[in-house]
Amino acid sequence: MNVVTPFEGIGASVKRKEDLRFLSGRGQYTDDINRPGQTYAAILRSPHAHGRITSIDTAAAAAMPGVVAIFTGADMPDLGGIPCGWQIHNKDGTPMAEPMHPVLAVGKVRFVGDAVAAVIAETRAQAKDAAEAIQVEYEVLPAVATLEAALAPGASLVHDDVAGNICYDWHIGDKAVNEAAFIKAAKVVEFDLVNNRLVPNAMEPRAAIGDYDPTTEDYTLYTTSQNPHVIRLLMGAFVLHLPEHKLRVVAPDVGGGFGSKIFHYAEEAIVTWAAGRVKRPVKWTAERTESFITDAHGRDHVTKARLAMDADGKFLALHVRTLANMGAYLSTFATSVPTYLYATLLSGVYATPTVYAEVKAVFTNTVPVDAYRGAGRPEATFLLERLVDVAAAETGMDRVEIRRRNFIPADAFPYQTPVALQYDSGDYQATLDQALEAAGWAGFEARRAEAKARGRLRGIGISTYVEACGIAPSAVVGSLGARAGLYEVGTIRVHPTGSVTVLTGTHSHGQGHETTFAQLVTDRLGVPLAQVDVVHGDTAKIPFGMGTYGSRSLAVGGSAMVKAMDKIVAKARRIAAHLMEASVEDVEFDRGTFRVAGTDKTRSWAEIALTAYVPHNYPIEELEPGLDETAFYDPKNFTYPGGCHICEVEIEPETGITTVVNFTAVDDVGRVINPMIVEGQVQGGVAQGIGQALLESCVYDSEGQLVSASFMDYQMPRANDLPMVSVATHTTLCTHNPLGVKGCGEVGAIGSPPAVINAVVDALKEYGVRHIEMPATAAKIWGIINASRPAMAAE
Amino acid sequence: MYDFEYHKPGSLADAVKLLSADPDARPISGGQTLLPALKHRLNKPTSVVDLSGIAELRGIKREGNKLVIGALAKHVEVATSPEVKAAIPALAQMAGTIGDTQVRNRGTIGGSVANNDPAADYPSAVLGLNATIVTDKRRIAADDFFQGMFTTALEPGELLVAIEFPIPEKAGYAKMRNPASRYVMAGAFVAKTGGAVRVAINGAGPGVFRQADMEKALTANWSPDAVAGVTQPADGLNGDIHGSAEYRAHLVTVMAKRAIAAAG
Repeated sequence: MNVVTPFEGIGASVKRKEDLRFLSGRGQYTDDINRPGQTYAAILRSPHAHGRITSIDTAAAAAMPGVVAIFTGADMPDLGGIPCGWQIHNKDGTPMAEPMHPVLAVGKVRFVGDAVAAVIAETRAQAKDAAEAIQVEYEVLPAVATLEAALAPGASLVHDDVAGNICYDWHIGDKAVNEAAFIKAAKVVEFDLVNNRLVPNAMEPRAAIGDYDPTTEDYTLYTTSQNPHVIRLLMGAFVLHLPEHKLRVVAPDVGGGFGSKIFHYAEEAIVTWAAGRVKRPVKWTAERTESFITDAHGRDHVTKARLAMDADGKFLALHVRTLANMGAYLSTFATSVPTYLYATLLSGVYATPTVYAEVKAVFTNTVPVDAYRGAGRPEATFLLERLVDVAAAETGMDRVEIRRRNFIPADAFPYQTPVALQYDSGDYQATLDQALEAAGWAGFEARRAEAKARGRLRGIGISTYVEACGIAPSAVVGSLGARAGLYEVGTIRVHPTGSVTVLTGTHSHGQGHETTFAQLVTDRLGVPLAQVDVVHGDTAKIPFGMGTYGSRSLAVGGSAMVKAMDKIVAKARRIAAHLMEASVEDVEFDRGTFRVAGTDKTRSWAEIALTAYVPHNYPIEELEPGLDETAFYDPKNFTYPGGCHICEVEIEPETGITTVVNFTAVDDVGRVINPMIVEGQVQGGVAQGIGQALLESCVYDSEGQLVSASFMDYQMPRANDLPMVSVATHTTLCTHNPLGVKGCGEVGAIGSPPAVINAVVDALKEYGVRHIEMPATAAKIWGIINASRPAMAAE
Repeated sequence: MYDFEYHKPGSLADAVKLLSADPDARPISGGQTLLPALKHRLNKPTSVVDLSGIAELRGIKREGNKLVIGALAKHVEVATSPEVKAAIPALAQMAGTIGDTQVRNRGTIGGSVANNDPAADYPSAVLGLNATIVTDKRRIAADDFFQGMFTTALEPGELLVAIEFPIPEKAGYAKMRNPASRYVMAGAFVAKTGGAVRVAINGAGPGVFRQADMEKALTANWSPDAVAGVTQPADGLNGDIHGSAEYRAHLVTVMAKRAIAAAG
């Protein structure tokens, strides 16, 4: 009897294996873990954005009930600073300024939230009580809270040894060629814009538990991380000087990262080091306010751009000058975001012959800024797609036509851009056409008129984008300053009964890897999905790995699994050949069955697996027992998802409230493994993109206090702020990885913000609006409408 | 939060005794303001006196031409009460828009009115409907009760017992929410009671206030158009990262128009 099983392989919208655990409250997050004898840490943080610590008196606090120990920066003379993972060089070839980032402040505090002291106590409340009792005297120094303030002549220095607060002054592209192209231009469009600073706000606050076994001198860190091996490397090698075999890092279930949990944070080092000192486990869990003032923020660029065009609207050259806020210290990947993840994308989907970009990274007295969903690519896309709309408006061209005229044609791949990247595949006309059709672009003017009759201003906006993810070829990034390789690791462990455990160096914190990766195994090996488990997030279990960010898990981690499965299948065929007394070349394998070609001789997957572990009849002289293979995969190139997002909004002129009424995303993410998960990823990304475009505003005052430091003032997107997002895919395969996949984790957040703002500007076109900075809040839009009212009346 | 003692008195007299004996004791009703403050260590009471066990503070009832709502009535109870819906539908509608489901299932009318958060909803209904605040000691007219940001006529240890609402001929409420907190950015409660018109504005200023120009305009002509031309001065209104005083002033007129339209 044939049992009909539903197809669970590549292309099936299988329900997520992990969701029963999450939805029934059985997830195991870091704060759910409690170790015997556990103590609790509270961190005393600087209330000042900039100041010199003149004294710290812990005596009264140390005498308080339950206090086990109190540590300050002075107690850690042997520890290294929190390292930066990417070295950028200045235009003149000199390396960037890389000031010390102590685990606990030494001498100075540099942002509100900077860690000053750690209290270890029997309970969380006792730790907090004692932290409040620590007496710290500060000599408050002038703060530089914005890029403008930090670059002003005579500005206060965040780091005494970093002149002008400039981390680096970098460039990419051929300046001379670029300048020559501008001279020949028929039209030059100049445009300035801001990419607003964001607070990541993962649902699960960061947490960390340090554990120490005095008998073995082994340390364990449980932490909310997207990449436990990277944390082990950074913290072990650079901060605590612990060798890998004495340091285990576990990242269990993690409730959202969006980039903010890539980085190595001081609290991880504090609890691990303190556990060794007090010889007991030490737990720290961020409160939401701490998340606001210590999780690395995102974006925060100020940019001036010039676009040269010929008389036919063809782009001739692009020149971009960007200031990027680094915050007070260099977070792990901060330096790479406005350079190799941003400026290299400034060709976009366009065949612009020359692009020259200059980026100054600047220290300010604010929370460090680093990668946040999309990291650099949303900034590039926002700039380009606003600029193209402005160029269309100023030359009288149609917004769609100007894009079509400048697209890299589908037959031009592989396409070498003038800013280092070589795109392997894509079809921008096709994603554009599909999106225009799905969004009903042609019928928009009728909808605008209908809305006008209801007193609403309706607008439509388009964004065509490409991004670079699936990071990254180690040699390439190494030559660009990365201090690590960016390969990935996968182990396929076939058990004697044929079931499979997958070990991956990537980490799932919402992406559904436990399902998608299992589908790869089901598809290739024919093992039912229920017999495949995916294990991640523990350096003691996983051979190695670089973690999850930059939409790399499937493209790089999945490819490692494919390579490991290749090894499994090769070995299994040899076992099958032995059992069937055939030559290996004649043994075919197709989803669970080994067959001697052209015969009815077969062996099942389970028979081969059992034989591998019970090798009674086995080619033992030439083949080891067991069926367990590991592969490292180093990608040959980045992957280049792209597509088209179309947004339609309605504005209520009386209040300025914008409602997103339609949103259409057509993305080319390469081969789709699980369409349902891809749709969810795109929807989530679009939600964050709409959040950036309309709602989320991270505001510092001039003293460096974060004004929007809670959900009372920082508006996260809510369900009723969002439309039903129409998601579709149009596939061109990645040409250089074995799955043909590109990645879908960030496209939603990358493509959407300019589509939203282009729609808002379109809705306001009768008011003569050229640009509106994000977030386009109701108050801001009402201000525009109100200011132009007399002019309108005069017409 | 810091340590505190917890009391749950069974009678109004016991609650008043506990609160009067200790100036640093704080009453707690639904806890939607006090609990977050405690969690953030912004408030350090010696003891918290839980009012939830006091039967005298409960109940929603119609008494002649008045609606009497006990201090402990939760927002969800006011929103769904047949008595409120029949007598003052605008009040039920307002209660149904306060905060979110969790807030409405915990927060109480007495707590909200006694707290007098300038961005809260209820104060505008109390003022707009010319309600009377009944305490354990006395009766206070709405016009005398609200005294600016987080300040009321309540004396230390004095407890709000119930609110008596006269039943209006017409009443309506409209608000614009703060985009982040969903508290009120600008709201207007309009009512015509016994022929007298009141317009109470919340959210926009440092406390709930009556808009005399709008009341005058509406007395002459009860229609949205009547207030459309009335400009609320921006002077003294709140301005912050969510909107300027000018924006809020503009919203006052917009919300008043909508409130009148809702009142019918």
